[in-house]
Amino acid sequence: MILKTLTLAGLGLALTTGLALAQDADSPGPAYYAALEGKTVGFVPISMGFDLTQGWLAGMQRQADELGYKIVVRDPNWSVESGIQAIQSLIEEAPDLLVIQNNDNRSYNRLVQQALAAGIPTIQVQQRVATPSDAYVGPDWYDIGRRTAGALVSACGAGTSGKIAVVEGATASPASMLMLAGINDLVAKSAGITIVSSQAADWDASKAFAITSTVLLQNPDLCGIAGFWDVADTGTAGAIREAGLEGKVVLATSGGGNREAGCDRVASGEFSVYHSYNVAGQARDLNAAIKMLLQADIEAGSAPFALISPLLQITQANMTPSSCWTLDELAKMGG
Amino acid sequence: MSAGRGRVAQEQIILGIAVVVFVLFSVVVPDFLSGSNVISMVQNVSVLGILGIGMAITILGRGIDLSMVASMSVAVAWMLVQLNAGAPLSQALPLAILFSVAVGMINGILVAYVEIPAIFATLAMGVAVYGFGKFYLVETDVNYLPEAWQWLADIATARPLGIPVSVIAFGVCALLAHLGLRYLRDGRFIYAMGDNPVAARTTGVPVRVLIVLQYVVSALIALLAGLLMAMLVASMNTRIVSSTLVYDVILVVVLGGISLSGGRGGIGSVVVGTLLIGIMLNGMTMLNLTYTAQNVIKALILLLALILDTLINPRDEQTAQQGDI
Repeated sequence: MILKTLTLAGLGLALTTGLALAQDADSPGPAYYAALEGKTVGFVPISMGFDLTQGWLAGMQRQADELGYKIVVRDPNWSVESGIQAIQSLIEEAPDLLVIQNNDNRSYNRLVQQALAAGIPTIQVQQRVATPSDAYVGPDWYDIGRRTAGALVSACGAGTSGKIAVVEGATASPASMLMLAGINDLVAKSAGITIVSSQAADWDASKAFAITSTVLLQNPDLCGIAGFWDVADTGTAGAIREAGLEGKVVLATSGGGNREAGCDRVASGEFSVYHSYNVAGQARDLNAAIKMLLQADIEAGSAPFALISPLLQITQANMTPSSCWTLDELAKMGG
Repeated sequence: MSAGRGRVAQEQIILGIAVVVFVLFSVVVPDFLSGSNVISMVQNVSVLGILGIGMAITILGRGIDLSMVASMSVAVAWMLVQLNAGAPLSQALPLAILFSVAVGMINGILVAYVEIPAIFATLAMGVAVYGFGKFYLVETDVNYLPEAWQWLADIATARPLGIPVSVIAFGVCALLAHLGLRYLRDGRFIYAMGDNPVAARTTGVPVRVLIVLQYVVSALIALLAGLLMAMLVASMNTRIVSSTLVYDVILVVVLGGISLSGGRGGIGSVVVGTLLIGIMLNGMTMLNLTYTAQNVIKALILLLALILDTLINPRDEQTAQQGDI
């Protein structure tokens, strides 16, 4: 009798273990879901309401809904001070992970240190501060500058004036400075190409319009313009159109690959060459980093890594329906 | 009602500085004097100038409208949202106009009937309009003009007789405002009200109604400026609300000699102030000065203008008014 009970118990144990083993082999197992379910991720963008941040959040939210964790968004609406307060209060609330979009390479530096010291894994997106945190998700700005200039150098070779103008972002922004450095370095190496104007439009379409219209009057034989952001360069394109030089001046710019901001402008001929850091892909990278960090049982900030956004070059010749994304698509299928 | 001797002088000082800067640039910068560049100087500040005219009308009546930029950006962005959703222009534009009129009326009622000082009423209204707009009407910051309505952008970037539409709009606006303030009864009343509201009221000027009218006009002028701005760059970015645009607008108004305490100056002051800014921006862009250097030079020239005015027209009990800035 005892023997029989023991045998049955042993059989039961073996069965249960076998079942568990089988389950482990077929699916990631309960540990994966347990590491994510019920967790809280804090997200502080520079501001909600524009294509990049809306796109990232749509992608992140979709994964969060699927895996049962919560995303807390604090919108500082373009104010660094509000951003600092938002991050400070989030550190107090001790979420399981922080996603921070930096305004520049300094403002949030101490906060990143504080978050790591408080044991909160931190992901920096789009721009990074000096303190390396667990992950950086964003583009290599210098590379964007180089590629933007590269497109102009190949379009403005022999037979053209070789004159190009640069419509920068904000002078103090590291992203803008790195892009400018990339452009200047490449142009310095390219014979026959001269930069006739390099002015900051403050990421603003109206200022870009004003600068471009003046530069085009001064240099009617301008060959190309290097723009720094699709949103501002709708103004650059407007000035080119207004001057009646559409199709004669090559406009190379970059952005997050939103359909309205990017591909529609390429299709209409306003942008000649467009480099996309592809927010849909960035959302996927963010989600991967979130999943990895929530599962990894390591000290916050002890193993920093970067996921640099691959750049897609989009022109009328190579554009496909999937070259760009819309917010709607991202909310339904993104991340 | 009189423009006041001292104030006219400030307008002339600014005009003088504008001429000096203009001559300086035409010596230093090649092609500065070309006809097309002179037009471009005005073109790039015409939206600023139109906003300045609306602001001037409220300031002349001893008010101020700090909600102009918010109401213009939300109204125009909402129009673009509707167009993107497939609504016809015959629906989107009237709704944008209605929105602006409503904002102007609420501003006016808050100032005239609730008797909140204009600076606070319109400051709060600007925040409220932006918040309301972002919450209910406009989801994203940047709203693009749909491809189907590209012809609207074509109108704004057209150049009948070689003059850009935005310059024509600025000119027409300035002329109408000038004539209206000078020859219409209500226009004269605005000066009377700005000079001495109590006296104006005692003599039978419908001060409260006039204040409401004044803010409705400034909201509508803001809408016009916003439409022009959006059509030129084929988009409207509501982020402009958090920019310094509203201060730039006050600057061009005050620079030319319109007193913030009301009743002094005219549309000519706005035109002169706008031209000075336009000449400086254009010349410095052509000189390829850096953004920071441009800001420093701009600030120095503006300070110089104010110092010259103080030296030539020293403030005393005769010329100073309460609240004079």
